Amino acid sequence: MCLAIPGQVVEMDAVQPLLAKVDVGGVRRNVNVGLLEQSELAPGDWILIHVGFALSKIGEEEARDQLRMLRAMGEDELAIEEVRGYAFDAEGAAHGAAG
Amino acid sequence: MKYVDEFRDPDLIRNVSRELAQVVDPERDYRIMEVCGGHTHAIYRHGLRDVLPDNIELVHGPGCPVCVLPTGRVDDGLSIARHPDTILCCFGDMMRVPGTQGTPLELKATGADIRMVYSPLDALALAQQHPEKHVCFFAIGFETTAPSTALTLLRAQAQGIRNFSIFCNHVTIVPAMRAILDSPDMRIDGFVGPGHVSTITGCRPYEFIAADYGKPVVVAGFEPLDILEAILWIVQQLHAGEAKVENQYRRIVPWEGNRAALGALARVFALRPYFEWRGLGFISQSALALRPEFMPWDAEVQFEIPGVRVTDPKAAQCGEVLKGVLKPPQCKLFGKECNPERPVGALMVSSEGACAAHYRYASRQLVEV
Ligand code: SF4
Repeated sequence: MCLAIPGQVVEMDAVQPLLAKVDVGGVRRNVNVGLLEQSELAPGDWILIHVGFALSKIGEEEARDQLRMLRAMGEDELAIEEVRGYAFDAEGAAHGAAG
Repeated sequence: MKYVDEFRDPDLIRNVSRELAQVVDPERDYRIMEVCGGHTHAIYRHGLRDVLPDNIELVHGPGCPVCVLPTGRVDDGLSIARHPDTILCCFGDMMRVPGTQGTPLELKATGADIRMVYSPLDALALAQQHPEKHVCFFAIGFETTAPSTALTLLRAQAQGIRNFSIFCNHVTIVPAMRAILDSPDMRIDGFVGPGHVSTITGCRPYEFIAADYGKPVVVAGFEPLDILEAILWIVQQLHAGEAKVENQYRRIVPWEGNRAALGALARVFALRPYFEWRGLGFISQSALALRPEFMPWDAEVQFEIPGVRVTDPKAAQCGEVLKGVLKPPQCKLFGKECNPERPVGALMVSSEGACAAHYRYASRQLVEV
């Protein structure tokens, strides 16, 4: 439940500035970055994801730590399943300006 | 079986483990509470108990969101799903938590529209896809999760989505720690502070524990080295006669927390005067409710919620385990009537629950240390 999943920003959404496309173990989904203090995210940056939101921006080394931790906990597949399950960038869901 | 070499800095783990063995005072014992369910899971999973000196006792804390939700609130949430044209959305862990008349999963099997989501935004998306239905999100979780609910709600408001509501069960960890400190049947020498909660709250909220109660708090990460190091730091503080808040998880947790997230929490939520926690009873100012301006999205306003307090089955000792008074196998139902396939109590559901973690991993050892 309190999974925090490391992901790498692939691109920022041009239309919806609060969404970033993120890669987690090859799965790419939109993640909401509205909780980040520093809004200047760029492709290549790493973030920690929890229930569809970026909790914080982290360094690459921390991201690798976090991945290793998830693997050691046997939660890496769960994490990817969670990210794969994010459905809010589906048709009709995220249209219009971001809240 | 996990080998220590798989972890970050295996040599450091050995060193910390040896150092702990050397510094502990054999004449006394140490009761250290790991507050966060993620830590409980990691401790069992990696068999950390076995690399600790015998006189250090780890007490499992209340930081498992589904575990602390009382049965009455589960029933309340499920009552929403019984309304026609209503979709109730829950996180996966929640789906198997028993209410008085069964789990969300079981109610779903009888035809109620209950869906598992991975994000509150998924629930909001469902509302947009089904304008003819009402979609309610069963919100649970500590400060790690509450900001996500807050932003989802602000989005619903901004977009004028009215067929959406939140059944808010968010709780805050600090009042629960205070309740434990104030409880007469408990003696805790120090706390391993929660990791991901603290990315949001920062470390300041724990300062009263050091200042007013004289107990060390060390916020820690989730790898074996992190947890062992935090325990070592606590022991060192105790020996030095100190009590302060330390941040072992600096690589992720900023001392000041996440201001944007705290801002979102303040905008959307108000503290409830009191809230019932499983095992800990009513704790004042320990939970969040939607502010009055969000009434149109507040399931407790939009639906008639029974709000009945339900006591757990007598034999179930979830409360005692949650308070750290009993160990999981000391519950009479442990591993018998209550098991991960058919959990009686919520602590057997989530991997962060002490009973589920004990059941799955108790025999594990972090070998070759
Ligand atoms: S074994 Fe089951 S009933 Fe007993 S404390 Fe654990 S979760 Fe509760």
